Amino acid sequence: MTNKVINDFSITVGTENGSGSQTSNLTILRAIFKMGIPVTGKNMFPSNIQGLPTWYTIRLSKDGYTARRDEHEIVIAMNPKSFARDVADVLSGGVLFYDDSIKMPIERDDITVYPMAIKQIIKEAGIASNLRTMVSNMVYVGILAEMLGMDMDKIKTALDFHFKGKEKPVAINMDVIKASAKWAAENLEKTDPFYVEPMDKTEGLIMADGNTAAALGAIYGGVQVVGWYPITPATSLVEKMNYYLPQLRTRKDGTASYAIVQSEDELAAVGITIGGAWSGARAMTSTSGAGISLMGEYVGLAYFSEVPIVIWNVQRMGPSTGLPTRTSQGDLNQAHYLSHGDTKHIVLLPGSVGECFEFGWKAFDVAERMQTPVFVLSDLDLGQNQWESKPFEYPDAPMDRGKILWEEDFEAFEAKNGKWGRYKDVDGDGIPYRTVAGNRHEGSSYFARGTGHDPFANYSEDPEVYVQGIDRLNLKYKTARKYVPDAIIDNMDGAKVGIIAYGSTDPAIVEARDLLLAEGLKTDYLRLRALPITDTVEDFIRDHDKIFIVEMNQGQLREIISLEMPKESTKLVSSTLNNGLSLTAEWIRDDILAKKEN
Amino acid sequence: MARTNNIGLTKNDYKGAPTTLCQGCGHNSILSQVIAACYEMDMVPEDIVKFSGIGCSSKAPTYMLKRSFGFNGLHGRMPALATGSLLGDHTLTGVAMSGDGDSASIGMGQFKHILRRNVPLVYIVANNGVYGLTKGQLSPTSEVGLTLKKQGTNQFEPIDICLEAMASNATFVARSFAGDPKQVKTLIKAALRHNGTAIIDIISPCVSFNNQDSSVHSYAWGKANEFPIHDISFIPARDEIMVEDFEEGTTQSVTMHDGSKIQLKKLERDYDPTDRISAVQIIEEAKANNMLLTGLIYIDPDRPSLMDILNLPETPLNRLPVEDLRPAPDTIQAINAAMF
Repeated sequence: MTNKVINDFSITVGTENGSGSQTSNLTILRAIFKMGIPVTGKNMFPSNIQGLPTWYTIRLSKDGYTARRDEHEIVIAMNPKSFARDVADVLSGGVLFYDDSIKMPIERDDITVYPMAIKQIIKEAGIASNLRTMVSNMVYVGILAEMLGMDMDKIKTALDFHFKGKEKPVAINMDVIKASAKWAAENLEKTDPFYVEPMDKTEGLIMADGNTAAALGAIYGGVQVVGWYPITPATSLVEKMNYYLPQLRTRKDGTASYAIVQSEDELAAVGITIGGAWSGARAMTSTSGAGISLMGEYVGLAYFSEVPIVIWNVQRMGPSTGLPTRTSQGDLNQAHYLSHGDTKHIVLLPGSVGECFEFGWKAFDVAERMQTPVFVLSDLDLGQNQWESKPFEYPDAPMDRGKILWEEDFEAFEAKNGKWGRYKDVDGDGIPYRTVAGNRHEGSSYFARGTGHDPFANYSEDPEVYVQGIDRLNLKYKTARKYVPDAIIDNMDGAKVGIIAYGSTDPAIVEARDLLLAEGLKTDYLRLRALPITDTVEDFIRDHDKIFIVEMNQGQLREIISLEMPKESTKLVSSTLNNGLSLTAEWIRDDILAKKEN
Repeated sequence: MARTNNIGLTKNDYKGAPTTLCQGCGHNSILSQVIAACYEMDMVPEDIVKFSGIGCSSKAPTYMLKRSFGFNGLHGRMPALATGSLLGDHTLTGVAMSGDGDSASIGMGQFKHILRRNVPLVYIVANNGVYGLTKGQLSPTSEVGLTLKKQGTNQFEPIDICLEAMASNATFVARSFAGDPKQVKTLIKAALRHNGTAIIDIISPCVSFNNQDSSVHSYAWGKANEFPIHDISFIPARDEIMVEDFEEGTTQSVTMHDGSKIQLKKLERDYDPTDRISAVQIIEEAKANNMLLTGLIYIDPDRPSLMDILNLPETPLNRLPVEDLRPAPDTIQAINAAMF
C-alpha cells in the first residue's frame, strides 16, 4: 500500500434525486466536521423532484481549504443511470464503492473497487420492507465509515441532529449503519490509502447554510414585513424565517411582531415589501432569477420614491430560466442597475455564511439610513450548501433607523430647519428626512409617487426640478460609500498583482493565492463587500499594476469598476467562468497564470 | 364660520389639491363622496391612507384628503402596496382608487388576490370602460359593440368587476353609479367600516372618450337604466337610535364588525346580500336584462381579515419598540447551538 492519505481528499456520491440520499450525505459531512476535520459539502442536484441523477461532493482538507474541487478520490456509485460517468470520474489511485446490484462493466485497473451488498445488508438487518428504500442509502455511510475510520459516535451525533433527537428514526438508521460497517469489516479488505483521523480544526465552529444565516440575520435586524414568492434557490430563506420567527419574535402577549405573506407573484412580493417599508416597518423580500426581473418595475418606484427595502437575491444560473439548481454571480449588473429610467442601487455582497447573518441585519440599517432599496447578493452555493462558520455574532451596533421623523420629532425639526419637505436635502448629504404612513402629526403626510416630484413631493414636470432631484439622488448614492460594508484586503509582501473577488468565491480565491504563490506569483486580495465601491477599492486599484477580477459571470464587476474608474480600466483583467459550478482554486490559478503576461 | 363635524373639522379639511381631471368626469363626483363620507363619519384624516395605481382614476387621490398619506403606485399593482402598508400600520384606514384598466386588465391578479386575503381596504374601481389617460383605448370592461374613434369596435366580452370579486370570495361587493351620489356615499361609509376588502365598482362616465348616450358607461345610459336593488342606509355604531322607521318585513339589517349597521330597504324585490348564490345570480340577471344594477350586492362582515389571521399586536408594527424587533443578546447562544 502506498502512503496513507489522511484528511485530504474528496468523496462524491452519485445517487438518484429524491432517493433520500441527502440525509446520508449530510450525515457523512457532519460526522467528519464533528471529528474536527475541515470539511465542505456541495450538492449538485437537478431541477427535479425525483428520478434524475444527483451528486454530492464532500471535501476534507486538513489545511482548511473549503472550495470545491473537480477531482474525486473516492466515488460512491449508487445510480445505474450515472454509473459509467461515476466510474470514469474516480481519480487514478482512487476508490470506487458501488451498489453491487448494478451489473455494469468497471474497466479500471488503476483504482480500488469495493462492491457494496446493499440489498443483502438491508435484508439481514431486519428492516421492515416498507422502510428499506428509505434507509438503503445509509449502507454506504456505514461502509464508508468502516473503510475510512470514521467515528461512530460522531455519526450518531449527526443523526440526532438531523432527526431533531427523535429516537426511532435515529435508531433505525444507526442499526443499518452499524450492520453495514460490520459487513464491510468482514467482507472488504482495505487496500486503498484514504483515512480520516480526528483533528481539532473545527472546534468552536458551527455548520450552516447561507439562507438560514440570512433569515436569522434578518430576524435580529428586526424584519417585520415580508412579501415573497417561492423560487429556487431562495425559497428556504423565508422558510427558515417562518421557522425561527415564532420562537424569536413572538411578543410577550403572544402576538407577532412581524407579518409574512406568500404573495401571488414576485411583483406583489416586492409591492408588499415596499408598502410595509413606506409605513415604517422593516421590510424585505427574497428571490432569484426571474423573480428579480419581475421586481424591476417596483424597485424603480422604491428608488425614486425613496423607500428603504431589502431584497435578497440568492443567485442561480441565467439567462432566463437558466439552470435553476446551479450557482452563478450573473445578477450583479441587474441588481446594480435594476429598472428603467436610469437607476443605481446599493448592493451588499456577503462572502460567507457568517456574513449572510451579518448582512441580514445590517442591510436594514443601510436601507433605512440611505432610504433606498438595498440588494443582498448571495448565491445557490452560499445559500443552500452547508458551510463551516464562526458562530453567528449578535449585532455589534444598535439599529440605525435613519432620518425618520415621528410626531414628537416633527415640530423640533421644523423649528430648526424650516418647513419639512419629504425630498428636501437638509444636511447636504442627499438624504432627506422621511415620515411614514401612520405618523399622525398634521403636516407630516405627503403623497408618494413614481412621477416627477419637487422637494415637497408635489408633482412637477419642471426640467430644473427634475435635474435637482436626480443630482440629489446621485449625491445620496455617493454618501452611501460611507455606510456600506467596506472591502477587506489581504496583502502579501511585495505583491504587484491584485485580485478582486466577492461572494462565495472567497474560499477558492484564498486557496488559489497559495497555489499561485507556489508558482512564484504573489498576490494581494481585495474582497469586495458592497457597491458602490469605496475609497478602499479605488486605492487598491490604483496601487496595483494589474488587477484580476474573478467572478462567475462574463465580467460584470469589471464593467462596473471600469465605468467608475475609466482611467484605470486597462489594468483590469477579467477572470471569469460561469458554468453553474462554484469555482475551483486550480482553475483560478491556471487562468491567472495564463493571463499574467498579457 | 364653516360648519364642522363632531371632531371639529370642516369639510375643507378633507379636500385635496384642485382636480386636474376633466370637467364632468365621474371620478370627480366619486371623490366628492369620499370626502363627504369621511367628513360625516368624523374620520381623522391622519388615520386614513390613500392608495392608487396608474390611470385617471389613480390620479384621483391627489384631489382628496390632503392631510392623509398617499401612495400613487404602479399600474395594476396598488393592492400589494396597500397590503404591505396596512401591515406596517394596521390602525390606518385604507382608501384605494383604481380603474377598470388598472384592476381588470393589468392588475387582475392583484385585484383577485387582495380579495382572497381580505385586507381591510375600501377599494373603489372608477369604471368608465375606457382608457382615458392614454386617450381613448378599449378597456377590459368596454361592452361588445362599443366603437371608439381610433380603436374601432370592441368584439370581446367585458369583464364584470363584481362577478370577478364574487369569484374571488370578496367579503364586500357593491356596484354604484357616479350619477347617484347619495348611494355612492352610503356605500363608501359602509365600506369604511368593513373589516376586509370592500369592492365598490362605480360606473363613472368618461366625458372625453366614452360618454355616447348608448354606452353603458355614460351618464345618459346610467340614468335611464340604473336599478337600485334596495334603498341603503348606514348607521354608525355611535348612533344607537334608528334613524328611520321601516315597515316590518321590508328591511334587512347587517351588523358590521364594529357594531355599526347597514339598513337595506326592500325596493322591487326581496334580496339578501349575505347570500352568495343570490349575489351571483342578480349580477348575471342584470347583465342579461341590460340593467345597471346598483347597491350592496354581497357582504360577509365576519370573515377574518389578513390582519386577524396574522395575529398582529394592537400596537402597529411600525411603532413597536426595539425590544420587540431585536431578540435579546442571550438568544444568540441557543441559535448557534441549534446549528450543527
